[in-house]
Amino acid sequence: MKLKLLALLFFVGSVSLFAQDYFPINDGVKAKKNNNYTAFTNAKIYVTPTQIINKGTLLIQNGKVVQVGKSVNIPKNAIVEDMSGKSIYPSFIDVLSGFGVKLPKEASGGGRSAQYGPSREGFYWNDHIMPENDAISSFEYDKKQAEELRNAGFGTINAHIEDGIARGTGVLVALNDEASEAQRILSDKSAQYFSFEKSQASRQSYPGSLMGAMALMRQVYYDMDWYSKGNVNTKDRSLEALIANKGLTQIYVAGDNGNVLRADKIGDLFGIQYTILGGGDEYERIDEIKATNAKLILPVNFPDAFDVSNPYQAKYIALKDMRHWNLAPSNPKVLADNGVEFSITLHGLKSPKDLKDKIMKAITYGLPETKALEALTTIPASILGKSNEIGSLQPGSQANFLITSGDIFDKGTTLYENWVQGTKNIVESMDVIDIRGDYDLAVNGTTYKVSLTGDADKPKAEIKKGEEKVDSKIDYSADWLNISFSEDNIGSYRWVAQVMPGANSIKGTAVLPNGDETTATMTKTSPFEEKAEEDETAEKPQLMAVTYPNVGYGFKEKPKQESILFKNATVWTGESILENTDVLIKNGEISKIGKDLRAGGATVVDATGKHLTAGIIDEHTHIAALAINEGGHNSSAEVRMEDVIDPKDVAIYRDLAGGVTTAQLLHGSANPIGGQSAIIRMKWGESAEDMVFDNSPKFIKFALGENVKQSNWGSYSRFPQTRMGVEQVYTDYFQRAKEYDEKKKSGEPYRHDEEMETLAEILNGERFISCHSYVQSEINMMMKVAEKFGFRVNTFTHILEGYKVADKMAEHGVGGGTFSDWWAYKYEVNDAIPYNAAIMSSQGVTVAINSDDAEMSRRLNQEAGKTVKYGGMSEIEAWKMVTLNPAKLLHLDDRVGSIEEGKDADIVLWSDHPLSVYAKAEKTLIEGKVYFDLEKDKMLRESIKKERNQLIGMMLNDNKKGGKSKTPVQSKKEEFNCDTL
Amino acid sequence: MKKIFLIIAIVFGVSLNAQQTPAPPQSEQIAIIGATAHIGNGEVIENCTIIFKDGKITAIGAGLMAPTVGTMINAEGKHVYPGFIAPSKSLGLVEVDAVRASDDQDEIGEMIPHVRSLIAYNAESKVVESMRPNGVLIGQVTPVGGTISGTSSIVQFDAWNWEDAAVKTDDGIHMNWPNFFRRGRWWAGEERGFIPNKEYGKEMADIEMFFQNSIAYGKASEDEKNLPFAAMQGLFDGSQRLYIHADGEKEMTDAVTMAKEMGVKNVVIVGGYRANKIVDLLKEHNIPVLVERTHALPSFEDDDYDITYKLPKLLVDAGLLVGLQNEDAANFQVRNLAFYAGQTVAQGLDKETALQLITGNTAKILGIDDMYGTLEEGKSATLFISEGDALDMRTNKLTKAYIDGRDVSLETHQTELWKRYMGKYEREKEGQ
Repeated sequence: MKLKLLALLFFVGSVSLFAQDYFPINDGVKAKKNNNYTAFTNAKIYVTPTQIINKGTLLIQNGKVVQVGKSVNIPKNAIVEDMSGKSIYPSFIDVLSGFGVKLPKEASGGGRSAQYGPSREGFYWNDHIMPENDAISSFEYDKKQAEELRNAGFGTINAHIEDGIARGTGVLVALNDEASEAQRILSDKSAQYFSFEKSQASRQSYPGSLMGAMALMRQVYYDMDWYSKGNVNTKDRSLEALIANKGLTQIYVAGDNGNVLRADKIGDLFGIQYTILGGGDEYERIDEIKATNAKLILPVNFPDAFDVSNPYQAKYIALKDMRHWNLAPSNPKVLADNGVEFSITLHGLKSPKDLKDKIMKAITYGLPETKALEALTTIPASILGKSNEIGSLQPGSQANFLITSGDIFDKGTTLYENWVQGTKNIVESMDVIDIRGDYDLAVNGTTYKVSLTGDADKPKAEIKKGEEKVDSKIDYSADWLNISFSEDNIGSYRWVAQVMPGANSIKGTAVLPNGDETTATMTKTSPFEEKAEEDETAEKPQLMAVTYPNVGYGFKEKPKQESILFKNATVWTGESILENTDVLIKNGEISKIGKDLRAGGATVVDATGKHLTAGIIDEHTHIAALAINEGGHNSSAEVRMEDVIDPKDVAIYRDLAGGVTTAQLLHGSANPIGGQSAIIRMKWGESAEDMVFDNSPKFIKFALGENVKQSNWGSYSRFPQTRMGVEQVYTDYFQRAKEYDEKKKSGEPYRHDEEMETLAEILNGERFISCHSYVQSEINMMMKVAEKFGFRVNTFTHILEGYKVADKMAEHGVGGGTFSDWWAYKYEVNDAIPYNAAIMSSQGVTVAINSDDAEMSRRLNQEAGKTVKYGGMSEIEAWKMVTLNPAKLLHLDDRVGSIEEGKDADIVLWSDHPLSVYAKAEKTLIEGKVYFDLEKDKMLRESIKKERNQLIGMMLNDNKKGGKSKTPVQSKKEEFNCDTL
Repeated sequence: MKKIFLIIAIVFGVSLNAQQTPAPPQSEQIAIIGATAHIGNGEVIENCTIIFKDGKITAIGAGLMAPTVGTMINAEGKHVYPGFIAPSKSLGLVEVDAVRASDDQDEIGEMIPHVRSLIAYNAESKVVESMRPNGVLIGQVTPVGGTISGTSSIVQFDAWNWEDAAVKTDDGIHMNWPNFFRRGRWWAGEERGFIPNKEYGKEMADIEMFFQNSIAYGKASEDEKNLPFAAMQGLFDGSQRLYIHADGEKEMTDAVTMAKEMGVKNVVIVGGYRANKIVDLLKEHNIPVLVERTHALPSFEDDDYDITYKLPKLLVDAGLLVGLQNEDAANFQVRNLAFYAGQTVAQGLDKETALQLITGNTAKILGIDDMYGTLEEGKSATLFISEGDALDMRTNKLTKAYIDGRDVSLETHQTELWKRYMGKYEREKEGQ
């Protein structure tokens, strides 16, 4: 015990002085300040990644850098360490970690129904918003983990509670085992953290989706502002913490390129520039990433190659996942090339040990070493606002540095020591005597040939008697060498020796099989020769091209606007079908319709025997989205489908192949008041933002019936549970929205409420409702509620019993978007009939046929064809149900929906009558750009095949070379419809 | 109690009112004259006369002498087709998907060949009656779930009860072959996508063991009966077919190999998403394929967008016997069977060949081609007249349909509602 304490004191030595001067001491004398210096001389010193001193001196005292330079006056009371041939770097910093921080307890599984309210009092209304949390409260320094981190080169770690949407503040800690918390903790409010993931500590349902999390974050900031102005009489410790922490570095734990953009978008709204955790896939959308101006925290968990040795298994892997394997290691280089500042994090790596391999890989893929070093030192320091304390070896900085045998990212380099706050931590001994070589060991009259190879600090032994190999074991540490070996029929020999530097023979003691001890000497016969390693780095990695979007069927180049003359087609205008007609497309518009048009400079497409129509518009779909329902509340008017567009969904391409050019991405039907729609064009390859139909009117999804009253799954606690309750939800919300709007217009101060803002837009005629509906009673009710509040419902979607109240609908002025022939899937569709569209239409309702899913969306022309069968619609009226009518319902009929001069060139060339099951889309254009073309599709198929094959070959090669591999996985996007939770 | 009574009253009330009365047996000879007859075997006869009596076709051909007795139907400019056949569906076993009380399609148990669909078939289902106006007149009522789901039967769609409906009782046993890949249990730390199914080998061995036990059981006359093993015997003597539901190359190959090793005489693949990759094996064993509906989405992101559209053509071109089914779709979708066939025409399949996928070929695959599937002398007069091309939704408009010569109703719950509400609006217009 005493000895241990003594040892501890000895280690602490220089340290204990600067911390707690004013603490009384009872275990010894207080006058024992150690103001000695340590000088590291003749080293190659990286003061910063770009300021490098050859043969320089680093002088430290009291845990800090005192001086660094070529000629440093070394004080007399200095311990001098000669670092000839060695390099010194600042220790690494990780901005994003859960080091030493306990996660909250997981909430126990709930009862029969979901939890809608919060579990806390005195805090924000949502349990997942916990800005009042601070990592320091649940922090416990973990020595074991600290050692692992130090061995990987880290000196300072910034940890936080990795849980919840608003996560509170982090703790910045030096990995100094010997210090007390008083010295180790550099900051207990180092940064403030956010994410899109709910807390495991609460089962509160809201938010249940990515778009819900975004909406919640926006509301939190609005509420913070409202609260800070003194408008709230009660105490909200969450908002108070948020206000108090406004000045800290704000970090968003986002996670992939889409989420990086989402986080930045929230920040932009409130003038906050987050530092954002990336996903390693930024290379796909580098221009957009760059435009955020955000600093990134970058994981380097490049995926392992898939094990593709089983061809049946390999087939399940999507091209995009194989390509990501190929391209991910180039991500840091791409960011560096584009001037995006980033720090590198261990986040996502299984062990800190893996870091060096990954960095080396990134460097092989073109990341400049300087950038790699900055990403681990100066940049994380600047993110944390601690550049004057950590991340460099400027005078005044903490003495956190690495001593290496050479270039830190070279394969053969050894990390010897990692000093943290002036405390020396040995990773590998610097003083190992290299004993490798061939020896003769004479024992008991026999000479054994001993060959020592491998690493200098962990040599391997091979022992031969004559030509015969003998089983042996070797242990070499702290200058003591133990070798034991055994021979059949004789027994085992043990030999132990202390190694002296520079000697050619090693003298030791041997224990013979019979137990006798004797002196035995090992004499060097030839020195060790390092075999030239296979030159792996010489092989430049072959990189696949990034496509738009970066998945199979992505384009190498984004489509460009073309001038095209379609000759001699059957042309479907809004109200008529023109035979043998030409259509000229120019500047993204339908420029001319007529006979014998002149091409000018346009490409001529012979459309003889073919049909030319406007692109199909799907009034109701759920493709190209990452989330559909925010069912955590009975109203989620504040969520936006535009926040969760997924431009990589192959359903977009398949829709194009089915002649679809525009669609409304609707929120699902989990609650009476759903979320805000996104109206998109199928611009395959464009960013989420650019896919949104420019200047499209605002829409919102409402829903009635079984889904909103949660009839078909076990939830019994959310209002409403009946159609009676549904009416009251609307009345309540619209009443409040009305009052909200009046207050807002009166000029009085008001609390900005994202939900009320949206509903007020409806009351003011600025936002339109698409209402999911089934039975006639509820359809009627919805219209009456609207009339009471002075607006009209724009569209009823599904509207399967619309035919029963078609007269009332016509009178109200609402349109209908319905299925052609769906029924029998729920109780409320018992009376759904395929004649619905025809009946509604006969009563003057504007009717569209829509899909609700990816399967039907891509053959809506056929679904329109069914209205000819069921109810005898004329062909032109039938066709309008998937083009002009949905355009009208979406208030876009002045721009799309029919072939008219001056409208946007969103058109489709069909091989046959477009309402026929025999028709195939041959070309699909949006704004004059060809997004789908049968011939181009053929080429894409070929290139997918070729690239898959190439990548599989590369993976097999990687597998053979001993690279790590993982089991094939088929990443499959869930097919969404209204009910998807 | 009161509530239960109420529910019973509603359910019964609704279905009794809705169901169209089954047609009486054919009482006199009927002749359809001047039609374009699509035979269902690849042939088409223009200006065709079709004569049927006592439920059977007695004559068919161009330029036949018009009979002097019975009913004559002038079908000039119209088309006649054999009734479409829908295999591998739980039609009549479930009425409303979301109403559990109306669902009888999936019994518990992994290997339950003894469970028979026929006795649960609801001949008065509103979903079933909605098949007829689209030309779907026969179906294979199939249980779902588990590994061996049970035994199917083939029925016609105009009957008082299941006994009347039965065309072929207990025609085959349906087996869902295990999947080589399965969805990762992400909540248990596995990947979110699909990952190799580690249990695949064991699941396969379990099936093989079940077959071996069934064979062994069949060789001895046991005093104590084993219902599942007993139900399997028809597979080995050829009286029943084994329908293997599988999609992947490996799964299909493993399944066929096992079934053949076990001496199963008649094997049918249902699904067959990758069947074009194992054509030789399927040919070698004479195994037909009931392909999943052509409207289905591709299963893999990198697949051709039209892979499902064209798969039947690829298989037909390769020389396989091919039919269409839509087991992955909701039951009401069976009425779109004709359009699944139509979709293959856009991919280059000849229209009459496309028709075979839902008529002649399917009858052969199900083993009812002695009576159904084609318009041939001596076969059942199960057919319909359409105003236009029945494979295209624009022109599929039935004016008459016959099952075993019986003049069946083309009215349904849905047409009644259509007429009722159009009537309402007419009345309003007339100011009544």
